[in-house]
Amino acid sequence: MDSVANIILYFVVAIAVTVFSVMAVTSRRILRAATYLLFVLISTAVIYFQLGYQFLGAVQIAVYAGGIMVLFVFSIILTRKPGEKESFLDSHRRAIGISVSIAGCILLLLALFTMPLLNGVSLTDALAAGNQITMKEIGTAMVGSDRFQYLLPFEAISVLLLACIIGGVVVARKR
Amino acid sequence: MDLSILWYLVPSVIMFAAGVYGFVTRKNMIALLISLELMLNSADLNFVVFNRYLFPGSMEGMFFTLFAIAIAAAETAIAIAIIINIYRAVQSTDINVVDKMKY
Repeated sequence: MDSVANIILYFVVAIAVTVFSVMAVTSRRILRAATYLLFVLISTAVIYFQLGYQFLGAVQIAVYAGGIMVLFVFSIILTRKPGEKESFLDSHRRAIGISVSIAGCILLLLALFTMPLLNGVSLTDALAAGNQITMKEIGTAMVGSDRFQYLLPFEAISVLLLACIIGGVVVARKR
Repeated sequence: MDLSILWYLVPSVIMFAAGVYGFVTRKNMIALLISLELMLNSADLNFVVFNRYLFPGSMEGMFFTLFAIAIAAAETAIAIAIIINIYRAVQSTDINVVDKMKY
């Protein structure tokens, strides 16, 4: 049995995720679409907090809602005039989009509700079953080289980010 | 009333379907990137939810999501650099205008 506060928080976040993700792909003003994406990302961070992954929620807010959204807003402002709207979709393309996404949605939901893997554990039990993840554990797992530790991906990510910095400068510089 | 695993997976499915819709219908490249982020975000959410409910003792799902967020940041930065470069060349970010490299 979960507490009422958790259930209310879940409903607020779930409705926010659903509504804003649909609005992000249907809004004709691109800057508004980016803002709705920001709301979706923040709601996802709230879900991470609720599930007990505080570090992950903080990373989601800092990297996604902070860094990536700034990139989006800058690129939108650099490539469009303010207030400019997108043209209406042709009905052919919209029909394809709606049918593909509805079919995929129904298929995924069917698979979800018949999945044998699912257990009926409530959130409180799931939170109680796992131990609290401390910053020390995360740090040890991040730079350890044992089993279930992630030194190699960690270093690979740092090389990737370096390559990304150089690539971004090279691609976007003025000639 | 229990918040079981399905309750968290259903918003994720809807987020993914919205991302697919946007990816198929949008013409602006930045809007395509926004739809891509939606799909990626729903996959991240699934990792975390499965980790919490099915394997609460370990934290592999959390680490996969951490690395996925880092890679998504890199990918978005490069994609936006390319989009700005394309905009300089053809004065548009419409995907129907950018078809020179196909031929």
